[in-house]
Amino acid sequence: MSLAIRVIPCLDVDAGRVVKGVNFTGLRDAGDPVELARTYDAERADELTFLDVTASSGDRDTTYDVVRRTAEQVFIPLTVGGGVRTPDDVDRLLRAGADKVGVNTAAVARPELISDIAERFGRQVLVLSADVRRVVGGPPTPSGFEVTTHGGRRGTGIDAVEWVTRAAELGAGEILLNSMDADGTKAGFDLDLIRAARAAVDVPLIASGGAGEVGHFAPAINAGADAVLAASVFHFGEFGISDVKSELRAQGHPVR
Amino acid sequence: MRPRVVVFDYGSGNLRSAQRAMERVGADVTVTGDPKTAVAADGLLVPGVGAFEACMKGLRAAQGDRVIGKRLAGGRPVLGICVGMQVLFGRGVEHGVSTEGCAEWPGTVERLHAPVVPHMGWNTVAVPEGSALFSGADPDERYYFVHSYAVRRWELEPTSAHMAAPLVSWTTHGEPFVAAVENGPLWATQFHPEKSGDAGARLLANWTATL
Repeated sequence: MSLAIRVIPCLDVDAGRVVKGVNFTGLRDAGDPVELARTYDAERADELTFLDVTASSGDRDTTYDVVRRTAEQVFIPLTVGGGVRTPDDVDRLLRAGADKVGVNTAAVARPELISDIAERFGRQVLVLSADVRRVVGGPPTPSGFEVTTHGGRRGTGIDAVEWVTRAAELGAGEILLNSMDADGTKAGFDLDLIRAARAAVDVPLIASGGAGEVGHFAPAINAGADAVLAASVFHFGEFGISDVKSELRAQGHPVR
Repeated sequence: MRPRVVVFDYGSGNLRSAQRAMERVGADVTVTGDPKTAVAADGLLVPGVGAFEACMKGLRAAQGDRVIGKRLAGGRPVLGICVGMQVLFGRGVEHGVSTEGCAEWPGTVERLHAPVVPHMGWNTVAVPEGSALFSGADPDERYYFVHSYAVRRWELEPTSAHMAAPLVSWTTHGEPFVAAVENGPLWATQFHPEKSGDAGARLLANWTATL
């Protein structure tokens, strides 16, 4: 027996409500993150991730409230990312009941944020989320992949593999690797990206972006991912967490 | 009467999760760092995340090591979780620096040797015959771990034939390490039962049943 591959649904939350439609039958309120969290827990999701896309900082208190209510009802690990800029932001989320916190753009601008968080709370709380794309047209990076910010809209010219390596050295407890090229295509994960990152870091890797069918997940694991994250395919009920796990099990991967 | 459980607040750990998980299995929970209340409770839960040294510093500042010692001297149950388990051992070694623990058990908390660290996610546990903590649990059940350090050798030898041997459960990630211990009133888990869904709730209910 060995560590199970984690299957993680991700919910985008805006001012306390789930955005990007969720199409489950039998939900009283498909926009309520707490109810969705309970549903995914019942489906044996291994963790939950909330991505806070709230634009206005004035609405951030609703996020803490959602985290608080979710942690009171769901007894699996909860990661919250989006808009985390300071160790105090991390403190507030952890106090509300998050187990891990995702950091993205702010760490690209200020890498020492990673070590600040890791030193204060332990590296196990810190998920470094990297939005990565293949370099096309611009100046090349050594790996051919670059880090983007602002949801993939801005290229940075920073080599993505060098960045996740540095982030792990600075104290990231795991890496969430989002392929901006694969995201939304439903054509499968970017396996080259996963392989390149796996060769560079020994912290857990979560693959994200591109999942469109159950057969897409095992190749991501074979390429070196420890966990897989998806959003719309789960929310729209195209297939469930258990379908992904059955397929992974059939391919010889341990699942819960 | 619902058993009164104190979740010890010494500045470490996801206290809210521990509190809610214990309430879910029927305990009357107080989150506090007050030594008197912690000594008097029916059960004391010691959480902990992050670095051994920082946890130990916080625990000593809150007199937690003495609280634990007093309770055990009187046979009163204590449950340590994650780093709350690690600090019960003799010492922790991080980045070459050794920190003294509560030394309720001999042994050293060291970095895990595995291809991927932290050990993060759901793993199985090899449980010895007669475990009360895992009573009724499916042997293939998985529990949620997140840690980079662990106890790789169990060093406590029974000193007399009358002493009940501690029950030690093991998990393997790269190498075998101590996943749980049941030793008289002192129980501990390296994994997080409070984050392990229904499987974890069963274990917390088993502990609560002893209070």
